[in-house]
Amino acid sequence: MADKGDIGKVGKPITIRIEAGKIREFAKSVKDANPVYYDEGVAKTELGGVMPPPTFLMTLAHWDDGEGRPHVKMDLRRVLHGEQEFEYLKPVYAGDVLTAVTKVTNVFEKSGGRGGTMTFVVMDTDFTNQKGEKVAIARSTTIETGQVVAR
Amino acid sequence: MARKKLYFEDVKEGDELPSFTVENLTRTDFVKYAGSSGDFNPIHHDQTFAEVSGNPTVFAMGMMNAGILSRLVSDYAGLENLRKYKVRFATRVWPGDSVTCKGKITNKAVENGEKIIEGDIMALNQKGEVTIQGSFRAALSSRT
Repeated sequence: MADKGDIGKVGKPITIRIEAGKIREFAKSVKDANPVYYDEGVAKTELGGVMPPPTFLMTLAHWDDGEGRPHVKMDLRRVLHGEQEFEYLKPVYAGDVLTAVTKVTNVFEKSGGRGGTMTFVVMDTDFTNQKGEKVAIARSTTIETGQVVAR
Repeated sequence: MARKKLYFEDVKEGDELPSFTVENLTRTDFVKYAGSSGDFNPIHHDQTFAEVSGNPTVFAMGMMNAGILSRLVSDYAGLENLRKYKVRFATRVWPGDSVTCKGKITNKAVENGEKIIEGDIMALNQKGEVTIQGSFRAALSSRT
């Protein structure tokens, strides 16, 4: 179980190259037909290059097989993704090489209904580009329920 | 379809974002998102695993729904103008469900010289149950 002692834990920095082909595949899978993801000419004219869809940076969490995630003990059968937030500070383009560092920023408890006491774990992933500019923050809230939740 | 550029002057509090519905999400859609995102948690594609975990069937990844909903704001305000996108997952989305995405402008203000709009957004299933609740913030340019 996660507890307050986990606050401040930092994961290993992970480097990821943003790729146009992956952006296209991702946009298709969320049924987003915006031509800026499929036509580099349109993307260049409208945005100055191919930009990833708003939730694309989430793919990092799986791309690195969880290596960049700070080690927090949680029972996967009782884990729910509660909230996700993205802050966009500077544009990200295909070709950029981003370094992501994830940190546990908060752990707190709430008493729930069917699930018993719920533990909330908040992690911030800061993304920095190859020029050293911070471009985005992905903030995820994971909920560990007191017991296995069936819906 | 080229997006019509949205200017700060075009927006007022209470404006609704053009809504849309994605019909009949399938297991294949979940698998496509698994491939594009790398989320291979078996609870989203393996029926046996889903049942053992106490679910009637596999269900969609929350982030897949968040991805579908994100088009509401990028189509409206422009991908390049988005400053914040936030979602809270409420109800699961099952195979065969349809998802309707809609939103409304809640705030318009000039902050540190930036022309900011904010709005509440949500996704609902075909029964009208909220699957995701969220908000966004964007910075727009001015006509003048």
